[in-house]
Amino acid sequence: MDNAPIIIDSEKCKGCKKCVKGCPFSALEMVGKKAVLVGDCRACGACIEICPFGAITARKEVNKNQAQLANYKDIWIFAEQRDGKVQNVAFELLATGKELAEDRGCNLCAVLLGYKVSNLAQELIKHGADKVYVLDDPNLGEYEADTYTDALNKLILKYKPEIILAGATAIGRSFIARTATRVHTGLTADCTALSIDKESHLLHQTRPAFGGNIMATIMTPHHRPQMATVRPGVFQQGEPDPDRKGETLIEQLEVAARKLKLIRSIRKEDEEDDIAEAEVIVSGGRGMMKGENFALLEELAKLLGGSVGASRPCVDAGWVPVSRQVGQTGKTVAPKIYLAFGISGAIQHLAGISAADYIIAVNRDERAPIFGIANLGIVGDVMDVLPALIDVVKKTKAGN
Amino acid sequence: MHIIVCIKQVPDTANVKINPETNTLMRDGVESIINPFDEYALEEALRLKDKHGAKVSVITMGPPQASVILREALARGADEGILLTDRAFAGADTLATSYTIALAVKKINPHPDLVFFGKQAIDGDTGQVGPGVAECLGIALLGNIKTLEVENGRFRAESAHENGSDILEGDLPCVMTVLKEASSPRFARLRGWMDAKHAPLQKWSAQDVEADPEKLGLKGSATKVVRIFSPPIRGCELKCVWSTDKEVALKSVMGTLVKKGILE
Repeated sequence: MDNAPIIIDSEKCKGCKKCVKGCPFSALEMVGKKAVLVGDCRACGACIEICPFGAITARKEVNKNQAQLANYKDIWIFAEQRDGKVQNVAFELLATGKELAEDRGCNLCAVLLGYKVSNLAQELIKHGADKVYVLDDPNLGEYEADTYTDALNKLILKYKPEIILAGATAIGRSFIARTATRVHTGLTADCTALSIDKESHLLHQTRPAFGGNIMATIMTPHHRPQMATVRPGVFQQGEPDPDRKGETLIEQLEVAARKLKLIRSIRKEDEEDDIAEAEVIVSGGRGMMKGENFALLEELAKLLGGSVGASRPCVDAGWVPVSRQVGQTGKTVAPKIYLAFGISGAIQHLAGISAADYIIAVNRDERAPIFGIANLGIVGDVMDVLPALIDVVKKTKAGN
Repeated sequence: MHIIVCIKQVPDTANVKINPETNTLMRDGVESIINPFDEYALEEALRLKDKHGAKVSVITMGPPQASVILREALARGADEGILLTDRAFAGADTLATSYTIALAVKKINPHPDLVFFGKQAIDGDTGQVGPGVAECLGIALLGNIKTLEVENGRFRAESAHENGSDILEGDLPCVMTVLKEASSPRFARLRGWMDAKHAPLQKWSAQDVEADPEKLGLKGSATKVVRIFSPPIRGCELKCVWSTDKEVALKSVMGTLVKKGILE
């Protein structure tokens, strides 16, 4: 393979097979006691690190447009607003963006799209934005992927940002991906860590893959802007500084006309909380035995000011609505505390809770996989533990 | 009406195990399935076919064995299956994948009425290819569809988001990503399987879709994976047995709740 991402020096290869075992993509095989690239190499570099003999090296890529790339500067965050309210994820991105901008030695800018939203710029400055680009246009009044793409694309062409971060929300996931394709650059979804590489000054984008079974660090070396999305709640927001000064730039760019007609908006009732944003989640699995027992979880969640979640079998059994489902095919959550009652911990469920700060698991089976990821494990019957816990919480709250 | 559904073959992550020595995925013997989210996209297409009559074409990009999921789609009621397979596609990120799939869509029909995707694939979890293909095709994009009705070249759809949902109307064509809430996937009937078993599948290479080799696979990808590693293992800081350590268990839970600022 002439243009394979790695080069194996057959002189240096001693046939130890470590690279074959270590390749996450099963792309290497032994042919006549030498390692040979046979499969789909993803250029992850795992084999280069593993090889004890230095027989594997990365193919150096010639970069033709280095000078052009240097024209791109500053870090942007997409400041998502819905119904005239800046979403928390925007503040979380500002906090992370601020650290990155310091490391990179550049400005941190926010992009605000909408109609009659200019007044929100000040809030973004208080949270760390040096500049806020505002595109205030009736065509951006209601979210539409195509008009938002048009707007962001025009701003990118005008100002050439080096990095753009956005929330992995319904809005971010749709038009940010469309925009990345329009400007022909890379986009890394659902990053859980971002940093500036000291040598290359490129953005290191780390994300879970295969349902959180492996982590991958990704870079966008030859395209600009470098784009990444981050799920809400993954990063912490900072304290706003009321005295912070920044610049608000009201942009006068023509935005494409809307193609869709909004017939009706349905807004969730206030009591219907979103588990994706909850600080405490009290979650139940098959071990709850029956749907009625979820009342105990409701009670505990209420006492702790949290939300009730569930694993997939409970949703399939009709015990709880699909909006409660935590896991890969449900929602990914990032609470401060995740309490798992009677959840064994299938990989799909664990993938949905890996961003939780602290996990408490209660399960009858001491070998349940959930204990491998939990910080605190209790081996016992949920129907014994739950009422006792509710009782203690009640007493503690009454005592205060 | 012509509906094109894009589906992906993925490893059934429910059964993926980790090799404890190397911390890599053990893919041997892991069953490959239709990406569960894509099943809702396919079902939505078949539902529209049942109601209005439509041609349903299904595309997948992957290795030759991905043809299995095309046969499954045919067995459920799709009309044709196209397998995009070529060594040159390997290692594609979402940018290169979007480019490739869009070429295939255009070859099937330069003016499709609807192009459906699932919300995301369970192996990559990005959800970026649907919007990317919409861009390459230059047609409207609507994400997270919960309900959909089509009549006289127009559609009315409910699109979900964190604050609730919006009911929108627009003209076809449109690229849509379909949610679980839209419908429950049907099972293939035995007769469907019998017919699908021998139905001809089309197999297209990079050349067949007249792709620019520079825009394909690893070469055409803007993102590069620079490192793969195992996530840090939390490990239980404390594991206690309720029947004997009831007091310790409760004290630990309460201590954590206070420490995290949930209780005073």
